[in-house]
Amino acid sequence: MILKEKIKELRARFDEELAKAGTPEALESLRVAFLGKKGPVTDLMAELRNVEQSEKAEAGQLINTLKNELSEAIAKTGEVLRAAALAAEIRRQKKYNPTLPAREAVGSYHPITLVERELEEIFSSMGFTIEDYPEIVDDYHCFEALNIPKHHPARDMQDTYYIENGQLLKTHTSAAQNYIMKKYGAPLRAIFPGRCFRNEAIDACHENTFFQMEGIMIDENISISNLIYFMKTMLSEVFRRDIKVRLRPGFFPFVEPGFELDINCLICGGKGCPSCKNSGWLELCPCGMIHPNVLKAGGIDTDRYTGFAFGLGLTRLAMMKFGVKDIRDFNGGSLSALSQFVSE
Amino acid sequence: MLLSMNWIGDFVDLSGLDRRALIRRFTLSTAEVEEVIEKGADVNGVIVAKIASVDAHPNSNKLHLLKIDTGKELLDCVCGAPNVRPGMKVAFATVGATVSGVKIAKAEIAGYPSFGMCCSEAELGISADHSGLMEIEDDIPLGTDLKSVYAIDDLLFEVDNKSLTNRPDLWGHYGIAREFATLANRPLRPVPTRPTAEFDNLPPLSIEVKEPDLCFRYSGITVEGISVKKSPVNMRIRLFYCGSRAINLLADLTNYVMMELGQPMHAFDRRRVDRVEVGRFPAPFVFKTLDGVERNIDENTLMICSHGEPVAIAGVMGGLASEIEDDTDSLFLESANFNGISVRKTSSRLGLRTDASMRYEKMLDPELTVPAIERFLDLLFKADPAAKVTSRLTDVYVHRFDKITLTIDKPFVDRYTGIDISSDEIAATLSSLGFGVTRNGDAFTVDVPSWRATKDVTIKADLIEEITRIYGYDNFKITTTLSPLHPVRAEVKATDAKRIKDLLVERFSLHEVHSYIWSDSAKDKLLGIETPANVRLINAQTPEHASFRISMIPTLLSFAYENKGFADSFGLFEIGHTVDGLDADGNCNERKKLGVVLFDRTANEETLYYRAHDMLVAIFRTLKHRLPDFSSVEPRFNWQHPVNLSSVSLDGAEVGFLTTLHPSVRAKLDKKASVLAFELDMEIFSSIEEKPLAYKEPSRYPGIDVDLSFSASVGKLDFAAVENAAREAAGKYLKDVALVDLYEGENGESVTLRFGFSSDERTLARTEIQPSVDALVSALADKFGMALKTV
Repeated sequence: MILKEKIKELRARFDEELAKAGTPEALESLRVAFLGKKGPVTDLMAELRNVEQSEKAEAGQLINTLKNELSEAIAKTGEVLRAAALAAEIRRQKKYNPTLPAREAVGSYHPITLVERELEEIFSSMGFTIEDYPEIVDDYHCFEALNIPKHHPARDMQDTYYIENGQLLKTHTSAAQNYIMKKYGAPLRAIFPGRCFRNEAIDACHENTFFQMEGIMIDENISISNLIYFMKTMLSEVFRRDIKVRLRPGFFPFVEPGFELDINCLICGGKGCPSCKNSGWLELCPCGMIHPNVLKAGGIDTDRYTGFAFGLGLTRLAMMKFGVKDIRDFNGGSLSALSQFVSE
Repeated sequence: MLLSMNWIGDFVDLSGLDRRALIRRFTLSTAEVEEVIEKGADVNGVIVAKIASVDAHPNSNKLHLLKIDTGKELLDCVCGAPNVRPGMKVAFATVGATVSGVKIAKAEIAGYPSFGMCCSEAELGISADHSGLMEIEDDIPLGTDLKSVYAIDDLLFEVDNKSLTNRPDLWGHYGIAREFATLANRPLRPVPTRPTAEFDNLPPLSIEVKEPDLCFRYSGITVEGISVKKSPVNMRIRLFYCGSRAINLLADLTNYVMMELGQPMHAFDRRRVDRVEVGRFPAPFVFKTLDGVERNIDENTLMICSHGEPVAIAGVMGGLASEIEDDTDSLFLESANFNGISVRKTSSRLGLRTDASMRYEKMLDPELTVPAIERFLDLLFKADPAAKVTSRLTDVYVHRFDKITLTIDKPFVDRYTGIDISSDEIAATLSSLGFGVTRNGDAFTVDVPSWRATKDVTIKADLIEEITRIYGYDNFKITTTLSPLHPVRAEVKATDAKRIKDLLVERFSLHEVHSYIWSDSAKDKLLGIETPANVRLINAQTPEHASFRISMIPTLLSFAYENKGFADSFGLFEIGHTVDGLDADGNCNERKKLGVVLFDRTANEETLYYRAHDMLVAIFRTLKHRLPDFSSVEPRFNWQHPVNLSSVSLDGAEVGFLTTLHPSVRAKLDKKASVLAFELDMEIFSSIEEKPLAYKEPSRYPGIDVDLSFSASVGKLDFAAVENAAREAAGKYLKDVALVDLYEGENGESVTLRFGFSSDERTLARTEIQPSVDALVSALADKFGMALKTV
């Protein structure tokens, strides 16, 4: 049968041509050449007219098969060619380098902000309100209302910065106690972080400008036992481990009894090392039961209410927490130091 | 203050107790012990021996060859001390003994064998005297262990003076012993004294107190016929161990009594002082104290005088002219009580803090003056039995402190402590500390002893401290409170500051810094910044820091200057306090402000300007849900740019400013960098309402964007005004106005805006919005002279 011969010959020619088609364009020319309207396959279809009726169906099938096979072969080759082209393009693309330094800077918080926030979160979760208070106060709030008598050494010029109009820079966050007691009355739980000032020469361990955080809790039947509980809980949260605390008598005019609170040394764990002067303990924060005179000055009924107060040295806490050895780094503005504190 | 356990042991029997454990309890119950020091451990096997003979050393001018009689044998000893003589009794360290921690061995010194060593007091560690051998009293038998004669072994502990400021009773060993007696639950013994009643028939002294507010009590007595010059060895050892220096018997006795009872005393040479007036001088003068320093005395200083001549600064230091000398054989003994506040002021004015002034500052118990004299006499007569009292005790007691009686009961203690301390324990503790306790069931009437009643214990809460510190805070059962919990909301001021910090750090990569509340005029000057006149501190450490800052920006600019090496581009901010003059009441107008400074060597000033602008917009949009208004203002400070300075306001309230730097300041800061600054007043910012978020349903239908370019001056364009005018003219379908492009070039200046039209009901046709477009184009032309540019 001539048609079969023709198909065979056509197929052989196609395969030969296909093998040579190395680009999508060549492949497209090949498709037009073989399968286009003027191509040999169309010609074969036209020849179908001359085929005997009895063989027509088989011949038509053969041509169709040929057509399908050619289309498939072209499609398949097309895929291979496109994949190769894409691979070539990918190979040509630029390789980026993730090991290079970042271009966008990462901002940073002041270490005091980080410590302050952490404490605020802890105390907020325990129902303490957070208060803001000015840095410039009067004698009444800083001393008088806190049961610090007129001739107390704390009022000396060597400790307190006095302003020409008679006001002063607050020497402790306790200066806000009276204001807060009057603002809220009892019961009350509040913390008030703030910047404090003491007139002293600056060195690696001393600053004239530093941060404290005061806390007070006033209610019926607030006791020394509660004070120890809150201090231990709060400090264990801050340092994220079970902290041992110890109270010693300490004298501060605005508390009675007053305490110095020590924690077991974080560096040696209490065994004794140079940081804790071999005692195993670090003095951390003064605290105590609020002096009745202070409650009275704040308009609180001392027959009904008692309360405790504590003053945490935020600057000192930040030094301990981050291992900052020189206190001057806090107010020095050096970004090589401060930019490290990207987050807590 | 150094304290001796031996001394404490005079008054409370501590035998059989762990003394170190007691010292640890003292830290927890009374005052912090900083250091515990073992004395005498480095001295062992030293005996009393006699120098039998002294021969010159053939090979040395300084050395001697001694024969030492130990009572058992005669030993050769080569010795270099200058004060050797036959018959002298010495402290002899035999072979095998330890001195200064060094074991004594048989030695050969300059060719001669030596079987031991004669010791100086310094070598024994009991004084600083290394001038020669210690001379032992004659009546002590040979061979006696030196430690059985002298109290060389002792346990000392040091307490920080600061932790005793509120406890005038703890400034002597007796008060400390009272604490130990309570902690050890053992009785406190009385102090041995020589009662002065037996001298009542002698003539009184003339003592006149002219200032009863400054001198509360002055007790005096005179003694003559004193011949002993040197204090007993054990007394000298104690003084030395406790940080004092032996001088002579009389001076040592005053120091000893002070260190024992806490009562400062002064011994005047009776030849110079035979009567006393206590008062002040109307005019300043110079007075030489016994340390040889000339001091300026002013009219506030309380002085001790004799016949009108000043002889001592009351409560601080005696005068050189009346001090005890080598030939002094009679004395006028002062035991007085001065107003602590006055002593403190005098001492700080003179810059002279002494053992006496430190104690007086604490408000000593005036009841102590007479017991101190009686103790002094007891010790004096033991040391020098020939001494003779020549006056009666003369006691001018002009100011008595009120007797304090407090009533408390167990429920009060329970409420304060939160634990259960028994009534028996309450009574026992207070009694042991010297309080007078009358008990009626669970109620107590408590008399405060005089030594706690000068200022220390005045209210019931003070008794709580006494009870609980002895009970021991370590023994407390700790519990949380049973208070109801209420929701709390932080102050807006606090949350605003927190949110702004988060935005600036986490979104804009700025660095938070802290700086001082005062200006630094030296640093300002470096950058050509004029430090503005403002409220000042009276006692700044340097004049450069005396004036408060008005703005946050200058300190931030200094930081930018100092951080130039850190990076080519960085931003700084601080939320801090400033002072802007005084308010109407004369108080400082304190303002909490946010200051931001951007420094950039890679971006031009315009880019940086819009970056700062973006930050401001982000702050206002995030915290206030609306945009701030900007308008040009006149500079207030010389570092602000005269043209590129705008106020930032919201709802008509001016909140702050945005500025580039004045070129002269910028050039000093950095020749190449662009620098931007803005500042917001946090109090004004927080006082502006944070409007609730206004949600608008977005249109479900596609909109049409129309981009139009206008000729317009870029610098003068008021975008918000243009936007409003366009909205007004275009009507309801105009939903958005956005800035697409600014052009400033050879062909003039132009602005390209994108107008977004849409409807909430349907899809708009281009033809439908054309009238709106025409309207806004003509409105912008009319109002702002913005001519539409045809493409």
